[in-house]
Amino acid sequence: MGKKWLTYPYHIWMALFTVIPLALIVFFAFTSPTGEFTLTAMQRVVDPIYLGVFWHSIYLAGLSTILCFLIGYPMAMILVGTKLKYRSMLVLMIVIPMWMNFLLRTYAWMTLLERKGLINIILTSLHLPVVNILYTDYAVVLGMVYNFLPFMILPIYSVLMKMDKNLIEAAEDLGASRWQAFIKITFPLSLPGVYAGILMVFMPAVTTFVISRLLGGGQYTLIGNLIEEQFLAVGDWNFGSALSVFMLVLILLSLGFMSRYEKENEGGMFF
Amino acid sequence: MNKIVKFLMISALCLVIGVMLVGCGGEKTVQRELKVYNWGDYIDPVVLEDFEKETGIHVVYDTFATNEDMYVKVKSGGSDYDVVIPSDYMIKRMINEGLLEKIDFSKVPNYKNVDAKFKNLPFDSQNEYSVPYMWGTVGIVYNKKMVTDPVDSWSILWNEKYKKQILMLDSPRDSIGITLKMLGYSLNTSDPEQLKQAKEKLIEQKPLVLAYVVDEVKDKMIAGEAAMAVVWSGDAMFIKDKNPDIEYAIPQEGTNLWFDSIVIPKGAKHKAEAEEFINYLARPEVSQKNAEYIGYATPLPKAQAQLAESIQTDLAAYPSDEILKNTEVFDDLAKNIAAYDRVWTEIKAAR
Repeated sequence: MGKKWLTYPYHIWMALFTVIPLALIVFFAFTSPTGEFTLTAMQRVVDPIYLGVFWHSIYLAGLSTILCFLIGYPMAMILVGTKLKYRSMLVLMIVIPMWMNFLLRTYAWMTLLERKGLINIILTSLHLPVVNILYTDYAVVLGMVYNFLPFMILPIYSVLMKMDKNLIEAAEDLGASRWQAFIKITFPLSLPGVYAGILMVFMPAVTTFVISRLLGGGQYTLIGNLIEEQFLAVGDWNFGSALSVFMLVLILLSLGFMSRYEKENEGGMFF
Repeated sequence: MNKIVKFLMISALCLVIGVMLVGCGGEKTVQRELKVYNWGDYIDPVVLEDFEKETGIHVVYDTFATNEDMYVKVKSGGSDYDVVIPSDYMIKRMINEGLLEKIDFSKVPNYKNVDAKFKNLPFDSQNEYSVPYMWGTVGIVYNKKMVTDPVDSWSILWNEKYKKQILMLDSPRDSIGITLKMLGYSLNTSDPEQLKQAKEKLIEQKPLVLAYVVDEVKDKMIAGEAAMAVVWSGDAMFIKDKNPDIEYAIPQEGTNLWFDSIVIPKGAKHKAEAEEFINYLARPEVSQKNAEYIGYATPLPKAQAQLAESIQTDLAAYPSDEILKNTEVFDDLAKNIAAYDRVWTEIKAAR
């Protein structure tokens, strides 16, 4: 009890940089530029054109998350199955690209995918047809999967590592095939890692606007672009805040949904 | 009430930024000082050094990337700049909001060097607040090897032949503006019907557009990734310099004529030094140095006359008066900015 004062800096920090800004955004979302309570800004958010933007952002982020899972899970399994000597090397190779600037990596993809970019030069020299996916949704999804894949692999990997291998041996002793053991034992036990991975990929993917601008060629506005525009170009802080609040609610709902599942599965990394 | 909240929010932001910048050294009050806020890479560094040597005024120099960034920082009041160089429409907005100080032109005798056609511009019609720094146009750069048709109309941006080879500016004002010009309207229109027509045109164009870009346009055009692009004239000069196949054209329907002008924010602490600096920048030989370094056009005829022959006669940099007759300067949209934003969102959301 006597050491309680040690937590005060943390509380002040939280109040200054989390609670107050958040309260201000909520305040703006429900007021008019003159400061009276109004629902105009919130009503504008549910306008079909803005809902379309929301939907497209969620669709692209969702697709990327699924792809990350389909690629990331087997990769995590491979990591766990590798000998210790090589394993840390492999983990390092997944982590190292993340040390480089995110923007730089996305720019690199831009030059790789260009009409006269490296990939197409190689394809042409092999007499294969060129691919023109830069400035399409494919390029955006590719950029998201590339940038966020480590966030899927690592939580799954850490959960799989901690798993008791005796369980699988027991299953096999009792006559289960490897596939059955995987479906009935390994996969259910790895679910907390999967949920954590999904969250860590989906959240940044749904709010990104850099990837969509660079690799999507600014063809489609995503939520991030929309909010940025309201604050910087239009100067409509109320509508910008309303969009942010709507986004926040969506994220909170999905968080709540996830954490419910995680509790049932005896807790994961984050909750 | 709302003002207070806005103030709180901005000061919270400033606090964070301030804490990060605090390490950059304390105040030096002994020396005469001047705080300048300009676009990135938008002055010849030699000019700053020479000014410091000549006057003994210590210049603190910061840069911004967009008018909007600059606006938020100056409006919040935490920055105390003495000289800022924003664009036309933003100057109007700042005048309207009382954010600028009137310049004492008796302290800026070199103002007489500014071309008469660049005085009393619509954004500062009595010319009380601003001195032009650089100016330019918006036009089309095209690759002569890829474009066979004559480029004399904005409508070439709607030509099916160049499907997925057209780059547009990812900027609502410019892209909607040139479309309005093509349709024969003012690029400052507030008529919803005219805006609607422009919107439909741009949605119709969308399948032909390779991408909406801003700075990437330079790399893309130099590398020959696209046949044509809408650009600002200064970028056009840069691209032409790097790739001889590129040409710049200003369509006959007219275009946007833009200015970056020097202003003094309200409450500047070093107004006298600021006016001295403005006067210095309006010297022909100084403006010439800047024009050569930046690649945009100087508003001083005497400076222009000193430039290399090839630049002076380049219509991209210094279009003829005949072309200029057809141009329009951006006005502050004020309340109407929401209508433009809505149109732009609808274009971007269309599929």
